[in-house]
Amino acid sequence: MDRPPAYTTRGLTKVYGEGRSAVHALRGVDLQIPQGEIVVLLGPSGSGKSTLLNIIGGLDRATEGTVHFRDACLSDMTDTELTRYRRDHVGFVFQFYNLMPSLTAHENVELVTEIANDPMDPDEALALVGLTARTDHFPAQLSGGEQQRVAIARAIAKQPDVLFCDEPTGALDSATGRSVLEVLRDVNARLGSTVLMVTHAASQAQMADRVIHFADGAIRDVVRNDTKLGPEEIVW
Amino acid sequence: MVSALDRKLLRDLWRIKGQATAIGAVIAVGVLMLVMMTGLTASLSETRDAYYERYRLADIFAPVSRAPERLAGRLTDIPGVSSVQTRVQGRALIDLPDQVLPVQAQAVSLPDRGRPALNDIYLTDGRLPAAGRPDEIVLLHSFAAAHGLRPGDDLRATMNGARRSFDIVGLAQSPEFLYTTAPGELVPDDSRFGVIWMGRSGLAAAYDMDGAFNEALLGLSRGASAAAVLDAVDRLLAPYGGTGAYPLADQTSNRFVSEEIAGLEAAAAGVPPIFLMVSAFLLYIVVNRIVQAERGQIGLMKAFGYTNGEVGAHYFKLVLAIAAGGALAGCLGGIAAGRALIGVYTAYFKFPFLVFQLDPASFVIGITVSILSASAGGLLVLRRVFALVPAAAMRPPTPPDFSRSGRRAGALGRVLDQPSRMVLRRLTRQPGRMAGAVIGIASGMALSVAMITIYAGFDRTIDLTFSVVDRSDVTVAFTHPAGDKTLFELARLPGVQRVEPVRNVAAILRNGRQSHRGALIGVPVNAELYRALDADLAPIALPDHGVVLSSALAGILDIAPGGRLVVDVREGRQPLLELPVSGIAESLLGSPAYMDLGALNRALGEAGRVSGAHLMIDEARSDAIYTALQDMPAVAGVSLKSQARDAFVVLMNTGAGAIRYVMGAIAFVITFGIVYNAARIAFAERARDLASLRVIGFSKGETAFVLLGELAVVTLVALPVGALAGYYLSFGIAAGFSTDLYQIPAIFDPASYGQAMLVVLAAAVISGLLVKRDLDRSDLIEALKTRE
Repeated sequence: MDRPPAYTTRGLTKVYGEGRSAVHALRGVDLQIPQGEIVVLLGPSGSGKSTLLNIIGGLDRATEGTVHFRDACLSDMTDTELTRYRRDHVGFVFQFYNLMPSLTAHENVELVTEIANDPMDPDEALALVGLTARTDHFPAQLSGGEQQRVAIARAIAKQPDVLFCDEPTGALDSATGRSVLEVLRDVNARLGSTVLMVTHAASQAQMADRVIHFADGAIRDVVRNDTKLGPEEIVW
Repeated sequence: MVSALDRKLLRDLWRIKGQATAIGAVIAVGVLMLVMMTGLTASLSETRDAYYERYRLADIFAPVSRAPERLAGRLTDIPGVSSVQTRVQGRALIDLPDQVLPVQAQAVSLPDRGRPALNDIYLTDGRLPAAGRPDEIVLLHSFAAAHGLRPGDDLRATMNGARRSFDIVGLAQSPEFLYTTAPGELVPDDSRFGVIWMGRSGLAAAYDMDGAFNEALLGLSRGASAAAVLDAVDRLLAPYGGTGAYPLADQTSNRFVSEEIAGLEAAAAGVPPIFLMVSAFLLYIVVNRIVQAERGQIGLMKAFGYTNGEVGAHYFKLVLAIAAGGALAGCLGGIAAGRALIGVYTAYFKFPFLVFQLDPASFVIGITVSILSASAGGLLVLRRVFALVPAAAMRPPTPPDFSRSGRRAGALGRVLDQPSRMVLRRLTRQPGRMAGAVIGIASGMALSVAMITIYAGFDRTIDLTFSVVDRSDVTVAFTHPAGDKTLFELARLPGVQRVEPVRNVAAILRNGRQSHRGALIGVPVNAELYRALDADLAPIALPDHGVVLSSALAGILDIAPGGRLVVDVREGRQPLLELPVSGIAESLLGSPAYMDLGALNRALGEAGRVSGAHLMIDEARSDAIYTALQDMPAVAGVSLKSQARDAFVVLMNTGAGAIRYVMGAIAFVITFGIVYNAARIAFAERARDLASLRVIGFSKGETAFVLLGELAVVTLVALPVGALAGYYLSFGIAAGFSTDLYQIPAIFDPASYGQAMLVVLAAAVISGLLVKRDLDRSDLIEALKTRE
């Protein structure tokens, strides 16, 4: 039995530019994402998966169609409401970490916990990603994997309902990437957060509850994975 | 607990500390000037008013030829008059051993017993003359100081034709004589005009004024109408040769002091806004650049759920921190500078004490205005922060589209090499940014042009006054209007090469509601030594009938050629004349009104009368001439042009005019600051491109060319723009520096423009070298790694 949907999209379309130079990034996407699952979006570069992630993450708006988060329609929200939505429900992890270079690891996490409703302690979040010893380091003093783990700590510290990860291992070697994936899985298991991960490493789909294949701005198919592997078992 | 964002703010501030300090310093200078100048003017006004009040300076001065003492009671009866002091005063000549020429002086009576009801004096040394001792005098402190005279010294003076010897028993200052100017002269000079106070009976005897007075001083009760009292006094004194009562506002010394304070006030109002505008502009550029560089971080904050308000507030705090820091430093600096300068000005104005007034309003205004202007710069940028969509902010900015400008510049581009094409395309692709840089550097150029032009304006005022208008060596004033005989006597003196008569007639000039208390100057036909000149410096042929006004006077009276001027003559038979204005003369010192000497005498009905003469002499025989002049009973005073010129230069360099040097120095600092900032910003914006050029094999020189070529083009475009703006700015600044006493012209002086251009070019070259040094040192890998 499926869990209740976290997200429901109907006819989601996104067009960049207009006229002859218009680019259709999404061409009518209908999708349901159940709460508490790990969902992996797979697809080649430019297939629209990041665009979808941005729209349901409340970072961007659809040209047409609707997105519902639980009972709320994101498409009808004002900018202020979208901000509220991101603040209260969503955590982000980006491919290039996007840490504030002028803040330490601890402070980068604090940046989020300061405005969150029910955050965990920043130290606890950093401990979850195994960075207790590096909390007072600036991003420039951390390796890529460490930076990405700070980014994850930052994203999970607010105990989000949904965690969006755009190519979280894209800039990392496989060993470091694997430890990052382990953190994501632990968060999903511990906090019950829905995890939505964009990747083009197909093997990472083996850790997902559900895999969505993207091509040309549309969903090619959705596959339920009943034989989830742990990140430590995945090879890529 | 400091929030994470505030810690980011502090570290960001630390990272841009150089630029933040530079901008904060510009703000600080603006606020410093504001606080200093308002504090200074408030203190000076307060001190002046307190001084006037404490020493009971009269509200109305009423000179008269000779009025019986009993009139004092009737003056007291005039409604609105609270106190009356009659006194005797007269002209005197002081003989000083160290001076070939006798020095003009004014002798003023003190009551034989007690203090005067009005115009009291402040004894700085010694005591008042004892009753019944007509040989004891008190001497004006500043005059005594200029000549090293002290109580106990003797003083020889000629009063009413009689030579006498006095004992100096005291030195005094007086609010009535803060500035002393010899009759017929315009420029105050401590050393060339003395004031002698002595007992009333002794002075009355010397001037044949027993039982009479020749000046009445009146104090007004609160709310009294000065105009009504002036009329009543004039009616009462007219039968006794009253030459017209005048209010304190027209009193020479007060007018000069007030004019100087007003000059400082004008500078206080006019200068700081320029600094604050510049700083707002710099802040705009710097914050804009920070926001550009932090697009990703802004998007990130928004992605986390920070609202536009919170993100905006974060960057706004950066602006506020710089502005508030600058304003605070400016306030403290302003207080310190004000305290340092107030002493100088107290001495300059000869105030015996000081009411130091810190104007709290100036802090509030300084801080508010600087924060507002900085915010104005910041707000423009914040609009862009708000406009950033979080998703868009997370992507690196799309490369600016050079396709259109690239094609536009195509034809030209073909003859240029690649680096030149990069410079050209960047300039044409981002005309807004280019315009910003041009405006910045042009404003520096404009400031420099305006200030250097003002220096030239001061020189021109001196030059025009003392070399072109007045070409005489010596000016002689007669005790009474004299006839041709006296002129012949002067001409006969050995060494006197040329004598030209002049007639100065005290008069009030009126046009409708406008009036000016001054004089008509009668000048002979074909004058060589003292002339009325038109705007092209050609001598004006004075008409048979009518007045030629100096441009300043025409402005005061709001009258143009063809208008009719009412001239209320205040000496002799005091006729009321109505004369046409027939022309406008160029004059930068005082506000003279010229007439043909013959025409003036006809209008007065006094043929062949002159009040003085301009002489051209043989320098080698000057001592003999001075001695001879001293022995001529008709001569009331002699002034040397060289001394007058020196006094004028001192005046312009110590009073409100001295501020021009401060402003000039600051203008250069700002010019440099703007140019340097422009270069730095261009460098920061392009660090990555330039590093790429180096990586693909461009030499340091070639890379620098791409950056500095842009700076060079911007500077070259800015020069003419700034020159034009400076031309207009100089009018405003010249008007600010012009006082009632002298006018500073805004002149077109090509040399000033050349110098200003050199200043800007030097700033550009130095900035270029500094930036190139950093460019050469920059770490290629680091520059390429920086994600922007």
